[in-house]
Amino acid sequence: MNQSIIELIGVSKKFGDYQALHETNISIKNGEFITLLGPSGCGKTTLLRLISGLEKPDSGKIFINGRDVTDLPPEKRHLNMVFQSYALFPHMTVYDNVAFGLRCKKVPENEIKDRVNKVLRMVKLDTLSKRKPNQLSGGQQQRVAIARAVVNEPIVLLLDEPLSALDYNLRKNMQLELKELQRRLGITFIFVTHDQEEALSMSDRLAIMNEGFIEQLGTPKDVYEEPKNLYVAEFIGETNIFKAEISEAYDDKLSVEIGDKRFILNNKKKLSAKQKVHVVIRPEDITVWGENEITPEETKDMLSGTVEQVIYKGSTVDLIIRLSNGKKILASEFFNEDDENLDYHAMEKVWFDWIPGWEVILPYE
Amino acid sequence: MNKKHGFFKTFSVSIIWLWLGIFALVPIALIFLTSFLTKDTNNIVEFIPTFKNYLEVFNHGYLKILLQSIYIATICTILCLIIGYPFAFTIARSKSKYKPLLLLLVIIPFWTSSLIRTYAIMAILKAKGILNTALLAIGIIHQPLQILYSDTAVLIGCVYDLLPFMILPLYANIEKLNHEYIEAAKDLGANWLTIFIKVIIPLTMPGIIAGSVLVFLPAMTMFYIPVLLGGAKNLLIGNLIEYQFLTTSNWPLGTAISVVITLLMGIFILIYWHNSKEKDRESLA
Repeated sequence: MNQSIIELIGVSKKFGDYQALHETNISIKNGEFITLLGPSGCGKTTLLRLISGLEKPDSGKIFINGRDVTDLPPEKRHLNMVFQSYALFPHMTVYDNVAFGLRCKKVPENEIKDRVNKVLRMVKLDTLSKRKPNQLSGGQQQRVAIARAVVNEPIVLLLDEPLSALDYNLRKNMQLELKELQRRLGITFIFVTHDQEEALSMSDRLAIMNEGFIEQLGTPKDVYEEPKNLYVAEFIGETNIFKAEISEAYDDKLSVEIGDKRFILNNKKKLSAKQKVHVVIRPEDITVWGENEITPEETKDMLSGTVEQVIYKGSTVDLIIRLSNGKKILASEFFNEDDENLDYHAMEKVWFDWIPGWEVILPYE
Repeated sequence: MNKKHGFFKTFSVSIIWLWLGIFALVPIALIFLTSFLTKDTNNIVEFIPTFKNYLEVFNHGYLKILLQSIYIATICTILCLIIGYPFAFTIARSKSKYKPLLLLLVIIPFWTSSLIRTYAIMAILKAKGILNTALLAIGIIHQPLQILYSDTAVLIGCVYDLLPFMILPLYANIEKLNHEYIEAAKDLGANWLTIFIKVIIPLTMPGIIAGSVLVFLPAMTMFYIPVLLGGAKNLLIGNLIEYQFLTTSNWPLGTAISVVITLLMGIFILIYWHNSKEKDRESLA
């Protein structure tokens, strides 16, 4: 389960003068659901196409199952791809589309029939096998595209933004279906998306990409809670970022000045004094108190500001708080037994802090 | 304002109808009418209604010429398709900055009269022409080839003249072809032959049919190319019609043959229309 199925060593790709992918190393484990996440133009699709064989790398080696496939064409790689536009053959029925790959491999027609019907049942399209792609809805076309790929029993399934053309609710459903399908098939999925929510909820691991580099590779929890750099922190989820200088540093603690208060924080990265850092705090880690909820004694270690906007979101209330130096902070407050009302209003003065240790400290790059 | 707009619309539509009426409908009606009249040496036609002309069309061994014309037109269409398809494919798949130039190269010959181009082909193909001189000089042949005044020469002329009519609709169609279909086929394990036969050809069928119709119809009725390149012995249906008008002055027979040909090609187009409609819808979707 843990051996790597795909291994890229020093793979890079240029299109003309444009470096789409810088030298990249990545090892993908057998059976995992890995997501390549990043904005458009970050190199995620290029990386996927290099793995599929639709593009040839300028440098580096690609191994599948320990075998060097760098110079092999796509049809010899035992991978299959689900295209962003699905690329279903418009002149063929659903059945013929799904059977296409097996027919190319000269599988006997009666075996094709069994396998195609089985896959079509799996994606709940067995009753529509005689239809042409243009007689199907977007979600159905999507399922045909997946069926057409998985019927070949690939060792890895590559998915290039397969859900981006679907509307919100359908996308939610397809996310669950895909995840379920991956569990059932037990094969590796490499999934490309620019939707961070999709990436966090579906993946075992995700690779955050930017300008042709993989910025961070890790589990959704790692990436969200321990972003390696400012780019990752800002790309995944909402963040509040304070610029600060370390005034004192010890083995496991350090002190920084934020606003006009001194904070003693964990020194996980063994940073030293005088170093400039970004202190990253997630909105949901911030706790907010109204002026009359706490004593002046308690506000000693807290920052203060005025509420600028109150955004009711159902399960949370989001506050935009303006500090005295003009900086805006986003805080998400949950309804719970301590705080049932959360009735903040604009222009109210509030105090806030966060649970020490939940912040992320990133040195300047 | 609305009234003005209405007037302009009526005006432009009337112009088009007038144009079509004078230059298409009236001549066709005249041809149709003439085909039922009797030949007269002094006044071209005599106003005596008759079916004699049509009987003559089917009696006089003209059927053989008709079949020969269909045969030449078919071969010409197939050759244009075989030559034009890779041509169109290459243009459609080349970098977008070269496309206009390549298309221009296809269109440039149109700027010269096709009659003049046919004479140029004669100069190339004749016994002491450029082709034979070159081949003799290299030593590939020792006797000049007799290409001019043969079916081969007629075919070369037809293909050369009509090739752009095949390339342009094919190009338009192949250009629209989404490259992801080819990638998807590759990804599913198809080799180049399979991709071509199972994916590219079916998806470019509207272009293939449009190009073939555009080549076949004029190829059927070419008359100066067979005369210039085929010599006297290669009489095609176009020559036959021309002959009736200019040499024997048998206008009624000439018009009768024309009507038969027009009907025949009308039937071809109808068949194409019927068969293509659904296919078009599917592959263009």
